[in-house]
Amino acid sequence: MPYPSYMEESIRKVEATRERRLKEELPRIPVGERMPVLKAFHPDFIKACMRELLVGPNKGERTPNELADLLEGNSRIDPDKIDPELNSGVDYDVDVLVIGAGGAGASAALIAQETGADVLLVTKLRLGDANTVGFQGGTQAADRPDDSPALHYLDTMGGARFTNDPKLVEALVKDAPSVIKWLESLGVIWDKKPDGSMAEVALAGECVPRCHCCRDYTGLEVMRVLRDEVKSRDINYVEFAPAIELIMDEKGQVAGAVLVNLETNEPLLVRAKAVVTATGGIGRLHIQGFPTTNHYGATADGLVLAYRVGCPIVDLDTMQYHPTCAAYPLAILGLLVTEKTRGLGAQVLNIDGEQFAHPLEPRDVLAACIIRECKERGKGIATPTGQVGVWLDSPRIDMIHGEGTVAQNLPAMVRQFGRFNIDITKEPMLIYPALHYQNGGIKFSPDGSTPIPGLFACGEVEGGVHGKNRLGGNSTLDLFVFGRRAGRTAAKYAKGVKPGKLTLDHVRQWQRELKEAGLAEVRPISPKLLPDYARQPYDYLADYVTERLQPGQIKVA
Amino acid sequence: MLDIYIMGKRYQVPEGLTIQAAMEYCGYRLIRGCGCRAAFCGACGTVYNFKNDPTLRYALACQKLVEQDMYLTQIPFFPAAKPSYDLEKMEPTGEQILKIYPELLTCFGCNNCTKSCPQDLEVMWYMSDALRGDIKEVAIKSFDCIMCGLCAARCPQGLVPYNIALLCRRLYGRYVTPRSKHLDDRIAEIEEGKFDAEIKELQNMSLEELRQRFDKRKILKE
Repeated sequence: MPYPSYMEESIRKVEATRERRLKEELPRIPVGERMPVLKAFHPDFIKACMRELLVGPNKGERTPNELADLLEGNSRIDPDKIDPELNSGVDYDVDVLVIGAGGAGASAALIAQETGADVLLVTKLRLGDANTVGFQGGTQAADRPDDSPALHYLDTMGGARFTNDPKLVEALVKDAPSVIKWLESLGVIWDKKPDGSMAEVALAGECVPRCHCCRDYTGLEVMRVLRDEVKSRDINYVEFAPAIELIMDEKGQVAGAVLVNLETNEPLLVRAKAVVTATGGIGRLHIQGFPTTNHYGATADGLVLAYRVGCPIVDLDTMQYHPTCAAYPLAILGLLVTEKTRGLGAQVLNIDGEQFAHPLEPRDVLAACIIRECKERGKGIATPTGQVGVWLDSPRIDMIHGEGTVAQNLPAMVRQFGRFNIDITKEPMLIYPALHYQNGGIKFSPDGSTPIPGLFACGEVEGGVHGKNRLGGNSTLDLFVFGRRAGRTAAKYAKGVKPGKLTLDHVRQWQRELKEAGLAEVRPISPKLLPDYARQPYDYLADYVTERLQPGQIKVA
Repeated sequence: MLDIYIMGKRYQVPEGLTIQAAMEYCGYRLIRGCGCRAAFCGACGTVYNFKNDPTLRYALACQKLVEQDMYLTQIPFFPAAKPSYDLEKMEPTGEQILKIYPELLTCFGCNNCTKSCPQDLEVMWYMSDALRGDIKEVAIKSFDCIMCGLCAARCPQGLVPYNIALLCRRLYGRYVTPRSKHLDDRIAEIEEGKFDAEIKELQNMSLEELRQRFDKRKILKE
């Protein structure tokens, strides 16, 4: 018995209702009736956790406090110390610089190179260390004969309560089948039926099963193939070298970036005719204190860089809380439990073993329903640490599809819970929502360009594709659709652009604005680069040590 | 509290922490050897043993809980061969694998790779499948590989099993799995513009019309 013995009574109830629940299906909440539960229980609607930005292109708009701090943050660099180097000798001089080497960045680099550009791919951690590698459920594409891109369009818009940019969604759904084909041509092994046809699974909010999976290691499979292809094509890449500032030219075009060697602090200057930002998401900011499914490096760096060169951000006020993430054991708190688990038939149950929401509601709605069940109705199950959760009834999958289905389709989940002696083929998983995805992001167009010349964006860092709520399987599609588009557009742009003299004047201007708004003294340094998990409870240093070791360091409020 | 030893130095940490979290609790700021923190990325493959038990064990630092008297370290990087190749110019055969990775022939079956795999894969068996040119078996047996590199770190012959398996899987996905006809058909239909009018119609609808269309859509389960 891996769960604490006091949970046994509740697990027995889950088992007792399972036979009856085999045929039980709760109604879905119509799209027009979702707002009351969202407003009452979804974290996006907790007003005290957001504030208005005081500077920059989104001045006056609301965003979570944790992100606002960074968007209003201070630059690490002193432009006067770097400027002389800029036009005399840079470390790299390329056509296209891609910042971020997850699924979107790797796709952009591959296609930019195919389009004839000299490409440099840089990343904060290792090549492929990104949220991409952890996606389990799969990638949407309307390729079944009874499906259509128009239905995919309708589902995507409806899932977001029609807040998406229609042109971006059109690009997303129309490119989807060719993305699946492209990845297969690179050697990705998709789940298929014996005759070779794709074996799609239904995720939440879609009217036809259209999610393409590689067991539940989809992101791992795709990322290791893309990483191998980048290496095989000898694309130049630099690891452990995050961008800390973009470089502009005197014509107002983005023209490179300042990187830093994360281990030695050596700055690296890159001149590039075009810059693709593919830095991913935000989960490690732990918005509102939520645990996260995200990668160690997901700290909103690309948003900060783009914001500082004047690029607006859209849908800043919404985050996605994935409804089903591990609530127990503590060691894997926040671990993503793929939506495919629900797609295959697992229901979401309260302490009495009863359903309280349709398992395939869109993510925002289901997350709100789970929070309501625990916080308002008191029907959650408390763990020894006080974390609360509800059951995700994985054994029901084998009852529907036959024994062995869970083991075959969810090997990562079986293995990860198995490490803690929980057998998810026999016992349910205890889950609760965790911070999962940045719905919004850099404002951009279907071709990957942004309002700032020379700056392109793809993947989680951009916004508009998913409006204020993303459907499962659409973010991974977004990576490849817009990664490819941004790579192609940036390479073509690089061929035609006439770069001017390089400058960091925008950084001087930014620091002036911060000072005038009274923020320079009280805001942190950004981009953040890595979360602060190292426990440092020591207070023994003389004040002058901090001052002397970190000249220009600004006190954090 | 538990006593643990990080690179030989003793620390006290609470129970219930993973190796990764225990190092952070002790004040280490991780740059290398830390990635998805969810057992997918392979950044944190590590070895450990105990104060009075030298037997080497293998784990992912983001998953393994610390225990009393554990001796811990980090293996943030291990050099590994990764030749360049063009998948488009290759064939899914055993000869092809040996051409890229001729050192595969030097495997003498010591099974250290299998013993070191934190995913519990049968590494040595898929290496012998690769030797025989059975690409499908390699693909199946190695599919859950997170490429943490522990097998390569422990191979006395300097082989890189995870890269050999990756090549086999790519050849299998590219050349051996049967093609999906309905996927090809759909791509052709999109290129012909078959769905453009319908998507345009949806884009031109009022919000209310679109909402009704959405709520009335038929939901297929299978």
